Amino acid sequence: MNMFKKEFLMKVKSIASWAISIFILMFAFMSLYPSFSADAGLLDEALANMPPELLAAFGMTDINLGTVAGYLGFVFLFIQICLAIQASNYGFGLVSIEERELTADFLLAKPVSRTQILTSKLLAALAALTITNLAVWLSTLLVLNLFNAGNEYHLTPFLWMLASILPFQLFFLSVGMVISLLVKRVRSVTPLSMALAFGMYMLVAFGDMLGQDSLELISPFRHFDASAILSRGGFDMPLVVINIAFSLLAIVGSYVLYKRRNIRSAI
Amino acid sequence: MSIIEVNHLTKYYGKARGIVDVSFDVEEGEIYGFIGPNGAGKSTTIRLFLSLIYPTSGCVKIFGKDCIEHGPEIRQDIGYLPSEVFYYEGMKVLDLLKYSASFYKKDCSQRLLELADFMELDLKRRIDDLSYGNKKKVGIVQGLLHQPKLIILDEPTSGLDPLMQQKFFNLIREENQRGATVFFSSHILSEVQKICNRVAIIKEGSIINIQDIKSLQKDNYKRIRLTANNLDAQRFSISGVNNLEQQNGSLSFLYKGDINSLMKLISQSELTDVTIEEPTLEEIFMHYYE
Repeated sequence: MNMFKKEFLMKVKSIASWAISIFILMFAFMSLYPSFSADAGLLDEALANMPPELLAAFGMTDINLGTVAGYLGFVFLFIQICLAIQASNYGFGLVSIEERELTADFLLAKPVSRTQILTSKLLAALAALTITNLAVWLSTLLVLNLFNAGNEYHLTPFLWMLASILPFQLFFLSVGMVISLLVKRVRSVTPLSMALAFGMYMLVAFGDMLGQDSLELISPFRHFDASAILSRGGFDMPLVVINIAFSLLAIVGSYVLYKRRNIRSAI
Repeated sequence: MSIIEVNHLTKYYGKARGIVDVSFDVEEGEIYGFIGPNGAGKSTTIRLFLSLIYPTSGCVKIFGKDCIEHGPEIRQDIGYLPSEVFYYEGMKVLDLLKYSASFYKKDCSQRLLELADFMELDLKRRIDDLSYGNKKKVGIVQGLLHQPKLIILDEPTSGLDPLMQQKFFNLIREENQRGATVFFSSHILSEVQKICNRVAIIKEGSIINIQDIKSLQKDNYKRIRLTANNLDAQRFSISGVNNLEQQNGSLSFLYKGDINSLMKLISQSELTDVTIEEPTLEEIFMHYYE
């Protein structure tokens, strides 16, 4: 409990800054929706003239920006990129920051097992993500109410979209963690999380452009494609199973690796 | 009872050598010195004790229990002061020490304050703002606040001023008298000489000698310095003489062997001055490293 508490308290600032940024991003985008919606016809016409590859790259094929669902689904892609970077940050940093700053020597010399350490850290990261997650729920429901421009929408698909955040972030958290344990040393966390988050996004973007989707199957951006969830009104279950399988595998792998890990010294 | 039993411990980092086939025992109540130059494998050995790293082969038992299998349990009674102390930045000294205390079953708050007071540590400062020496003090308090049965020190005195070093040594002696066993790793021999009962010398990953501090100094070598006119260095290059040096009519060397035969040899010269003294551990140590 002491480790969980300390790990969580060290994340408070980060939670606040992610939650606030995501809220601002969502608010700013959605506040434009009423004017978009008014000129929906013009906009869709303009989009229809763009090369389909470009639209595919931004996940905008089959999107109707005039509807609330179409517009928010598009905005949610950017939110997802933020969420992916945040979760990867926590994943890559979970044990590597401690090793780089040599506080691992302090912690591991205490009477606790590696399993206890990893569990506390993992739970603290999950708690931090959950709070961010709640902030996204609240912001989404708020902007839906404020900026629906009088257009009708169904709430249920949006709830499914929001429910996808937890498994979506768990994927990046666990994959980041297992990668950081597969390498000897992580020098800097942010470039790696950017690479993982944008890499996964690019897989889907390029997959759409090239009309191929075999590689996309490993990307949470495909597993939880917001536009698809909104138009279908639920998850594509086989993809969700793939996603959760990846996360579980990464978590189990992390425990195995961490229990066997040699903690490098200062020199 | 042996507090630490090291059995044929070997650690390779990939192909790089850590330590090779190291075996020794540390008895209850000892202050055990562990000396060697940087890179000899001192920290590797200590990190194996604490299961920070895992051995390639061999094993360590602490308090009679395997240090990997029973790691968390035995670490209840170990106090560890790492050579490089870095603690969570942004934390205050008191928060860090309380966090450290929260891992142990017993209530450490009283001892925490005593130690901080003794080491003249300001509990309200942020760790980021502390000098290296003050961080080291945090390390000392953190390692001792739960009154461990085994204290492991990895080059503990670097960064401490001589006055603090003295205080620190007194503290360690006190803990030792209370019943704690101390494992003291260092490359500074005079400090090991000052405080330890026995010493193991490690070189390039292997133990080359384990000895009583007293027998290491007394029974073996004498440092002898002669001053005289017309000294002939040649005459003193007999067996048992080491490190023979001649400078401005004075001759100095280390001697191990029959004192009488040496005295006879010396008496043949017309001396103006002679000194016979215990060699420092440094000198003996250099000898092992030749």
